[in-house]
Amino acid sequence: MQGILTAHHDAINSTPNSANSPYAPDSRIRNNAAPPAWLITMDAAVTTNATTRPAVKPELVCPAGSLRALQMAVDAGADAVYLGLKDATNARNFAGLNFDDTQVRAGVAYAHARGARVLMALNTFADARDTRPWFGAVDTAATMGADALIVADTAVMAYCRDHHPKLRLHLSVQASATSYEAIEFYRRHYGIQRAVLPRVLTLSQVAHLARLSMVDIEVFGFGSLCVMVEGRCALSSYVTGQSPNNAGVCSPPSAVRWQHTPSGVDARLNGVLIDHYGPDEPRGYPTLCKGRFDVAGERGYAIEEPTSLNTLAILPELISIGVKAIKIEGRQRSPSYVEQVTKVWRTAIDSACAAPQRYSVQPAWSATLTRFAEGQQHTLGAYDRPWR
Amino acid sequence: MTIPRETMPPKRHELPPLFESLGTHLRDGLRQVVARLPIEPPSFVLARVLDRVLLPRLAHDTRQALQGRTVELVISDLGIRVRLQLDYAGFRVASSRGEAELRILAPANSYIRLMRGEDDADRLFFERALVMEGDTELGLILKNALDAIGPLLTWPGRPA
Ligand code: SF4
Repeated sequence: MQGILTAHHDAINSTPNSANSPYAPDSRIRNNAAPPAWLITMDAAVTTNATTRPAVKPELVCPAGSLRALQMAVDAGADAVYLGLKDATNARNFAGLNFDDTQVRAGVAYAHARGARVLMALNTFADARDTRPWFGAVDTAATMGADALIVADTAVMAYCRDHHPKLRLHLSVQASATSYEAIEFYRRHYGIQRAVLPRVLTLSQVAHLARLSMVDIEVFGFGSLCVMVEGRCALSSYVTGQSPNNAGVCSPPSAVRWQHTPSGVDARLNGVLIDHYGPDEPRGYPTLCKGRFDVAGERGYAIEEPTSLNTLAILPELISIGVKAIKIEGRQRSPSYVEQVTKVWRTAIDSACAAPQRYSVQPAWSATLTRFAEGQQHTLGAYDRPWR
Repeated sequence: MTIPRETMPPKRHELPPLFESLGTHLRDGLRQVVARLPIEPPSFVLARVLDRVLLPRLAHDTRQALQGRTVELVISDLGIRVRLQLDYAGFRVASSRGEAELRILAPANSYIRLMRGEDDADRLFFERALVMEGDTELGLILKNALDAIGPLLTWPGRPA
């Protein structure tokens, strides 16, 4: 493990919360004023191009399921890492994963010493019978010096706004905000300063939001693809009784069973056969959306194949439309994934910002990402919908 | 759905598989012989190794979760099968009878790469180089514990 300050953090990102950092206080954000009239009529705003914000280098936000993954992400060039506590307050509540208080403190110290930020995912919906773990986690994040919270539940946002007004709030993908109005609602009422968009919008829809929204826009750059508005998906609830926005999982480990057979591997979710992988067929996470089913007499992937999202090909466009942060999925993945994927994205973002005209996806980058991709293939997903 | 994709032919192994250099006949013969051997000796050896490299670094909650559960590791290319159980004193050889609660099947190189912290278990699964049967949650506890701990194996001369 490198113990010295890493050299990758450039001038834009070297000092968290400094005037030119992406976390610089923005007077537009926390006022509860109504948006200007031109923002209400969105189409008019688009055609008149009312806002022209200079493109900035997007923050590279990388997953950390363990302290070791956090250290490797920071060493590999992450501008920010996101992590969760070892409880139901975050959407990757897997056994053995995530951070206890001591580890959060060590992680924050490690990241801050190297100019990187720590975002705490507190992105499940608080249990109405007992909200204390969620509010307690907000207090923990504030005490430990987290740079922002990634939140989905309005009760958690309100608690943070009232008790820790200086702590930044990022709207989680689990909140399922896909429109300007939805994001603006969260900004006005809770003062969110960034929104993470679900992976269902086209590039032009993202551009539209980035142009209009008064908060920063974060998009997914790489990782397992969710083809729906994640926080609203009920597929896993249907089969297992657990869903991403309360239990934080689409395929709860306790419901997953793989069975090795002479003809391949059966994948079951709560007893329901969702796929049979032949010996040479690509495999993916056992989520209902990526299973194969008999539909109208034909067997196939009814919704989506096992595949990962990869937006390297449209990185310069994402930067020029004003996307402020790019998120890598995968807190459940190993530190080696985090390290190698982070390295690729660090290089790609640096090269896209240094010379956008000369940017091209290097074969070595694609090769690395494909190695780690679900089903060993990747897609631009909704960013590029040829059938539209 | 017609989404453009970039695909690459999957690479089975990064390192040349062990015994690759042996002829097919010799390799198959060896595998059959090894498969008939009792599971005790390799299980005993592995239990002692894990007592040294893993046990002292295992977090309390992980230790509790693993306690008393039988895990079977199948080294598929060598035909070796080991069965282990963790009790309060450390790892021990588990009975060869009955179903293991968790069964992991992978070639030797997958295990080596995982123990050296060089690979991602999910990736190995996508690449068909690892299968987990039985209690998936138990498997995940184990995987996450190993990820958090870092390399258990290092080549001589290289620091952990
Ligand atoms: S089941 Fe599939 S579509 Fe639904 S939230 Fe999970 S990944 Fe997304």
